Amino acid sequence: MELLQYALDNASLLLSRTIEHIALVGVAVGIATLTGVPIGIAITKNERVAQNVLYLASIIVTIPSIALFGIMIPVLSLIGHGIGYVPAVIAVLLYSQLPIIRNTYTAINNVNPALREAARGIGMSPNQRLRLVEIPLAVPIIMAGVRTAVVLNIGVMAIAAYIGAGGLGTFISRGISQSDSRQLIVGAIAVSLLAIIVDYALLYLQKRLTPKGMSRQAATP
Amino acid sequence: MIRLESLTKVFDTPKGAVVAADHIDMEVPEGEICILLGPSGCGKTTTLKMINRIVKPTSGKVFINGEDTTGLDTQTLRRNIGYVIQQIGLFPNMTIEENITIVPKLLGWDKAKYKARAREMMAMIALEPDAFLKRFPSELSGGQQQRIGVARALAADPPVMLMDEPFGAIDPINRAVIQDEFLKMQQELNKTIMFVSHDIDEAIKMGDRVAVFREGKLVQYSTPDDLLAAPKNAFVESFLGEDRALKRLNLVKVREIVTDEIGTVTPSDTLETALAKIDDYGYQNAILMINERKQPAGIISRSLARTTKGYCRDHFQAVPAVVDLDDDLRKAASLMFAHDQTWLPCVDKAGTVCGQITQRAMTSHLGARYRARQGDDRKPSAAIKE
Repeated sequence: MELLQYALDNASLLLSRTIEHIALVGVAVGIATLTGVPIGIAITKNERVAQNVLYLASIIVTIPSIALFGIMIPVLSLIGHGIGYVPAVIAVLLYSQLPIIRNTYTAINNVNPALREAARGIGMSPNQRLRLVEIPLAVPIIMAGVRTAVVLNIGVMAIAAYIGAGGLGTFISRGISQSDSRQLIVGAIAVSLLAIIVDYALLYLQKRLTPKGMSRQAATP
Repeated sequence: MIRLESLTKVFDTPKGAVVAADHIDMEVPEGEICILLGPSGCGKTTTLKMINRIVKPTSGKVFINGEDTTGLDTQTLRRNIGYVIQQIGLFPNMTIEENITIVPKLLGWDKAKYKARAREMMAMIALEPDAFLKRFPSELSGGQQQRIGVARALAADPPVMLMDEPFGAIDPINRAVIQDEFLKMQQELNKTIMFVSHDIDEAIKMGDRVAVFREGKLVQYSTPDDLLAAPKNAFVESFLGEDRALKRLNLVKVREIVTDEIGTVTPSDTLETALAKIDDYGYQNAILMINERKQPAGIISRSLARTTKGYCRDHFQAVPAVVDLDDDLRKAASLMFAHDQTWLPCVDKAGTVCGQITQRAMTSHLGARYRARQGDDRKPSAAIKE
C-alpha cells in the first residue's frame, strides 16, 4: 500500500522518467539497428571477418556497464560530455551491437540455399537479391535481435542513472543512497514492467513486419 | 538451340583438383528436350549450371541460338534463360503473382503487360488465376508449387530452359501428371530445353535426346530409342538396366508394327465360314467378328466353331481388349498379359478395325536392333554409332 501511495504521489515524475528511459533506449537501439543491420549483412560476404566482428561484439557485452561508463568518462570529457546522455547512449549502442549483428548475420546466412539459387538463376543482381529476397526473409530474426537488445538495455540504462543520464534508474540510485526502499522498489518494478511491455510491443511489431506468406514460420525466440 | 563447346569445370578441393565436367561437346537443336542423365556426381548438374553460370565454367563456351554467351552480362544471360530447380525455390514472401512476374519485372515490362502475362501463365498451367494469384507459396501443394515454378521460368518467354530435376521432389502420381502437362505445353511452346534427371524412365518419357554422363564425361548422346537399343558400352548398359528392352515399349506406337491384314467375320456369316477363315488365316484359337460399321463386335473361338452349327451372331464372346493405333506398346503388352491373348485387334480414332498386333510382331520389332548389334560385335568400331 505504501508503495502504491508513493507511486501515485509521484505519478508525474514516474511518467517523465519512464519517457526519458524509453527515449534513451530508443535512440540508442535505433542507432544500433542502423549500424548493426548493415554490418551484419556486410559480414556475410566473408566468413573470417564475420567471426572477428562477432567476437569483438561479444567482448563488448562482457564489459560490465559500470566499467564501461568509467572508461568513457575521461574519453568523452575531452568533448565535454563525460557524464550524462551521451555516454549512456553510446554504452547501450555498443551493447546492442551483438544481438543485432549476430541475428542479422545468422538470418541472412540461413536463407534457404534453394531460394538463393533461384534468385541468382532468374537473374537478380546481388542488390536485388538482398532487397527482394534475403532481407524480407531475414526480418523476423533481425527483429528478434532488436527485441533482445531493447530488453537487455532497458536494464543497462537503469544503471546509467549513476552517470546522470536520468531515466527510471534515478529512483533506484536515490533509493539506495537515501536508504529509501519505496523509491528503490518502485524504480525496480517500473524498469521490469517497462521491459515486459516493450518486449510485447516489439513482438507485435515483429509480426506485422514479417512477410505475410511466411508468418507461419515467424521466429519467436 | 544450345551448343556446348569443350565446356569444362575443374573444382579445387582439399584433396586436389576434381574434374566435374570434362570437355563436354554437344548440341541441342531448337525445340527439343535434351535429358542429361547419369548417377549422382557424374557432372550432369554441373554441366547444366554452367550454361547460366550458376557454376562458372573453367573453360569452354556456351552458344545459345548460335550466339556465344561468353561476352554477355551474367544477369542478362540468366533473365533470358528459364530456370527450374528441384527444390522449386518460390519466394515465400511473395504472392504467386509476384513470383511469376518477377523476371518480367526485372526486364522492365510495364505493369499491365506483366499482370496480363501472369494470368496467361496460370491458364497455361491449368490453375485458376483468381483463386491462386493472390495466395502465397506456402498455401499450395508441392505439385502446384512446381507448376508455378515452371510458370515463373516461362513468364518472360525465354527461348531456352534449364531444368534441374524439376519433378524429382513430387510424388509419383503427381509427377506423371505434371510430366504429361509439361510435354503438352512443350508441343506448343517449342522451347529448347536441357533437363537433368537421374531417372531413366523420366528420361525416356520426356527426352527427344538423352545424354548419359559418367565421371564428368559425356558417354553417349542419342535418341531414347537408340540409347535403349544400342547402349554404347557396359556402363550405359548397366545404367539403363536389364529390362531396357521393356522400357522401349514406351517409345514404340502400335501404328509402327500393326499389320493391316486381319481376317474377320460378320454376324451373318455361319460358324462354318468362320472355321474356314480361321484355318485360312492360320489363326490358332479365334477370329474377330465386326459389325456393319467395321467395329469390333465379338470373338468366335475355334473350338466353338468346330463343334457347333449356326450363325456367328448367336455364338460370339466379348472382345477382351482392343488397342488404339496411338497407344504405345506398353499398353498393348499389358492388355495382352491381362487377357492372356497373343494378339489384339487395333482400331483407329473412329473405332474402326484397321489391323492387329501380335506378340510375335512386338518381340520381333524390339529384338531387331539387339540382333543387329550382336552381329556387329565382331567389328566393334561399327557398333558405336548414334
